[in-house]
Amino acid sequence: MASPKSRRSGFSKKQQYSVFTGYLLATLGAVFGLVLLVISLWQPSIMQPLRGGATTVAAPAGEATATVRAGGNNIWDTISGFWNAGSQNAELRREVEIARIRLAEAQAVEAENDRLKALLGLYNGESPPIATTRLVASSASSVRRFAYVGVGSGDGVEIGMPVHSERGVIGRILETSLGSSRVLLLTDTESVLPVRRASDQTVAFAEGRGDGLLRIRLINLGLNPLEVGDVFVTSGAGGYYRPGVAVAVLSQITSDGGIAQLIAEPTATNYVSVEPIFEPLAVEAAGVRERDELSEEELAN
Amino acid sequence: MIDRLDPPIQRRAYGGAKINRVQSPWRARSVHYVTIIIGSLIPLFVMADVMPVVPPLGFMIFLGWRLMRPGLLPMWAGVPLGAFDDLVSGQPFGSAIFLWSLTMIALEILETRFPWRGFWQDWFTAGFTVLLYILAAMLVSGAKISVPLISIVVPQILVSILLYPLIARVITLADRFRLSRARRVG
Repeated sequence: MASPKSRRSGFSKKQQYSVFTGYLLATLGAVFGLVLLVISLWQPSIMQPLRGGATTVAAPAGEATATVRAGGNNIWDTISGFWNAGSQNAELRREVEIARIRLAEAQAVEAENDRLKALLGLYNGESPPIATTRLVASSASSVRRFAYVGVGSGDGVEIGMPVHSERGVIGRILETSLGSSRVLLLTDTESVLPVRRASDQTVAFAEGRGDGLLRIRLINLGLNPLEVGDVFVTSGAGGYYRPGVAVAVLSQITSDGGIAQLIAEPTATNYVSVEPIFEPLAVEAAGVRERDELSEEELAN
Repeated sequence: MIDRLDPPIQRRAYGGAKINRVQSPWRARSVHYVTIIIGSLIPLFVMADVMPVVPPLGFMIFLGWRLMRPGLLPMWAGVPLGAFDDLVSGQPFGSAIFLWSLTMIALEILETRFPWRGFWQDWFTAGFTVLLYILAAMLVSGAKISVPLISIVVPQILVSILLYPLIARVITLADRFRLSRARRVG
């Protein structure tokens, strides 16, 4: 369709001015947007209250879609399970038997751990989760990987708290508002998580690649000891995540570590729990700058 | 004689329910904004943990209205609509305000050059614009740009380009609804 006649300026001074004003306003809008963009890249949390308000309003609708999504997953699982029920049944029986044995062994190890920790006087209590909720929304059209949960600062959620599903780590809280919070998923390119190999003390960083995989970068370079199939768990370094939660399985080896796949996929989870920060003191200590000076009061002490 | 007919038949005989109706001004001025806002909200409710799976629907509907109804959206419309999209899209605030405003200017210039266009040309324009938009949005998103990241926006771009005819169809329906005679006169 061609533009309406009123938008062709011709010799009319009035029309010419209105066309000019249109261009001017659009240019000003673009400049305004660019300024905001630079500000929010520099200070990402500056528009947080507005954004939090918008997602808080949208979160209840997300609860509904989350329920439908969980239902959809179940239906699909039921159908696919029906096809190979027989062979799967036999296999699962075998696995359950082995798992029972391993469970008994794990209980023994746990008891041993408790005894040793008690001997050393280490605190050993898992604090209960702050909130259990669903992932209600995500940034599905952007290359950033964020999800939203329907609980916020009103429920005691704070920035930095880890978000776990029953399978493992999902991500951590990036922004909170009254009724919703934004979660930085592990697959986002800005996400870095300290991990260790479950079987030994090989420490590494798990960085998101943005395409659903994690890049495992070993801290001690040299011979790469990793093998495909290695499971990585949180190491607890940095103080945000409690140690020993499953993160990823290695699927490919590179020169400085490997590429790993997530264990806890956000799409496949039904409920997630927001857990308290593991070691708030360590997090605070990490925020101290090199050149922080003591205040008068602290010097007096 | 005609009074003895059933009321529905009688109404049809007199030109249906449209004989004393005019367009509703509220509807004519708001439907396009509402559809764009709904388009911005839809990707929020899709759970995407691996890669951007949903086309930027808000932007595509915005683009569709601009191409199919030139002059309906004022040139500064990218600012408020983009601001809303930024609140829910996960992009840094300001990226949609900036890119949507640039789109308005670019399409305005394009339109003075090609005032008469057909569907195929609109599809080409929309496809090319969406391609540039998704790449630009990736650049300003604050993510580290790497080869895997570029490779995952390719499917999103393809889906977006293929989706334009459908979106054009939906906008046509919305436009019929927008201009339907809904207000009773007298």
